[in-house]
Amino acid sequence: MVTAATSRLEGLRGGAGFPLVSLVLVACAAGLLVGSLRSATFAQLTVQGLALGAVYGILALALVLVYRATRVINFAQGELAMATTYIAYQLIQWGLSYWEAFVATLAIALVLGTVLELTLIRPVLHRSGIAAVIVTVGLFVLIDGIVNWIWGGDFKSMPSPFGTKIYHVGGVSIARLYVGMFVVVVVSALLVWVLFRFTKLGLGMRAAALRPAEAALVGVRVDWMLAVGWGLAALLGAVAGLMAEPSQFFLQPTLMQPILVYAFAAAVLGGLDSPAGALIGGLAIGVSLNLVVQYVPAISSELQEPFAFAVIIAVLLLKPSGLFGHQEVRRV
Amino acid sequence: MTALLELQDVEARYGPVHVLHGISLAVEEGSVVAVLGPNGAGKTTTLRAVSGTVRRAGRIRFAGRPLDRLGPAAVARLGVAHVPEGRGTFSELTVWENLRLGAYTRRGSIQPELERVFTYFPWLSDRRRQQAGTLSGGEQQMLALARAFVLRPRLLLLDEPSLGLAPVLVAELFRIVRELNEKEGLTVLLVEQNAHLALQAAVAGYVLEAGRVVLSGSSDELRADDSVRRSYLGY
Repeated sequence: MVTAATSRLEGLRGGAGFPLVSLVLVACAAGLLVGSLRSATFAQLTVQGLALGAVYGILALALVLVYRATRVINFAQGELAMATTYIAYQLIQWGLSYWEAFVATLAIALVLGTVLELTLIRPVLHRSGIAAVIVTVGLFVLIDGIVNWIWGGDFKSMPSPFGTKIYHVGGVSIARLYVGMFVVVVVSALLVWVLFRFTKLGLGMRAAALRPAEAALVGVRVDWMLAVGWGLAALLGAVAGLMAEPSQFFLQPTLMQPILVYAFAAAVLGGLDSPAGALIGGLAIGVSLNLVVQYVPAISSELQEPFAFAVIIAVLLLKPSGLFGHQEVRRV
Repeated sequence: MTALLELQDVEARYGPVHVLHGISLAVEEGSVVAVLGPNGAGKTTTLRAVSGTVRRAGRIRFAGRPLDRLGPAAVARLGVAHVPEGRGTFSELTVWENLRLGAYTRRGSIQPELERVFTYFPWLSDRRRQQAGTLSGGEQQMLALARAFVLRPRLLLLDEPSLGLAPVLVAELFRIVRELNEKEGLTVLLVEQNAHLALQAAVAGYVLEAGRVVLSGSSDELRADDSVRRSYLGY
């Protein structure tokens, strides 16, 4: 959303950062394409990686929205996503179809996220950002406890939203599930982009996040906008949870815990304040995890989370602003 | 005649630091009023007290309504546009988005407002897709003024518009402010370091020192005052 603008600024500052990043991404995409053409296994892993990566990306997008709106890292974002997935599960138990439950859950998540910001984050945010981050850690534990208390820790199963059909494309088998996950995530992200880019509400939210004081001067209700930002993040998290569940084949309270780590890696890789970066970062993490586990003998699937952590640390050390992040320019 | 804006014994502070110690002033509808004074006298804070961006006490009435308990968004919704020092341009957003934000509190189409603004700032029309941060300082100041104007405010609070601008641009800016005042009847409360310009544009002025009004009068009276001449006009 703001990345194009940011890149233009960077161009003006004489940095060649953005074109270089684009080149690297194009090169990676070309590499994936060539690899996929030469090996069916590679192609399958890539497709699966893109689908899982899209889920990481949309949760990363939720983290980025919250970060941009309130400068808070929401450690409870994943648990919130997990809890809303349980809500969808419950709605299905009560007789709704999968997609009815999907839509209802998104609405509930929107309200839930907004209310959480207003009741738990807002009161401490005025004091300090760190306090709010600690509240989100508390929220993590709280949500986890509530879900375990209501639904228990055992596995639940939900109907599959996309069936079990498998497409065969020139020797490559692609599960309809992965196509579905990818499409749902991309459509959700596009809708959010349209909201931010083309609506008055979106403009108000961007203004409130970028410059709260000035936004208030033109009559934007900043507090309200930031709360809605949290609501939208929770909605995106619900999409992530609902799309993650079928890839895990069952629902349990730890559903989103590894995914939160991948989403953090994606958000940091993309640049914490870049929505497009979060999505691209998610895809990159998803694909590279899949390929690394398959082709690097030293890294087995147990090492996926440490691998994601390694990415976080490497990015923070080498390029703290990530691929598309906005480097803060301070006038002295 | 009652004033559009009236301040009575307004105090304001940042944390423990008192900046305003009981300011009283009045701005007639349709006039331009200047606030003069040295750095740190509380000029900017006076504007901020009106727009609600600083904690304040005392009575502030705008068009007969008390403002002193309202926050900035609510004050803006009543028709008070504040162009803060340093312009408050959303540099990450486009020119059009900045203008759209200016009219944020208006419902429905803002096309008529935009057309009106483009008659005063014709160059903005061609630049609407440009990112505001890439405009020059002068252009950004014009944009800030244009953005304030699309709100169709009854009162414009204008803080140090000449700051950091080349003299040609400053003259152009003040020409537009005068035009808006004369043709559109826009009421302006102006804070300006450059007392020459300020008194040229304004019909009346207040001189602040250390958070108090030490002198007030019509622009002609202030221009004729020895202390104003020595301290602010430099002759």
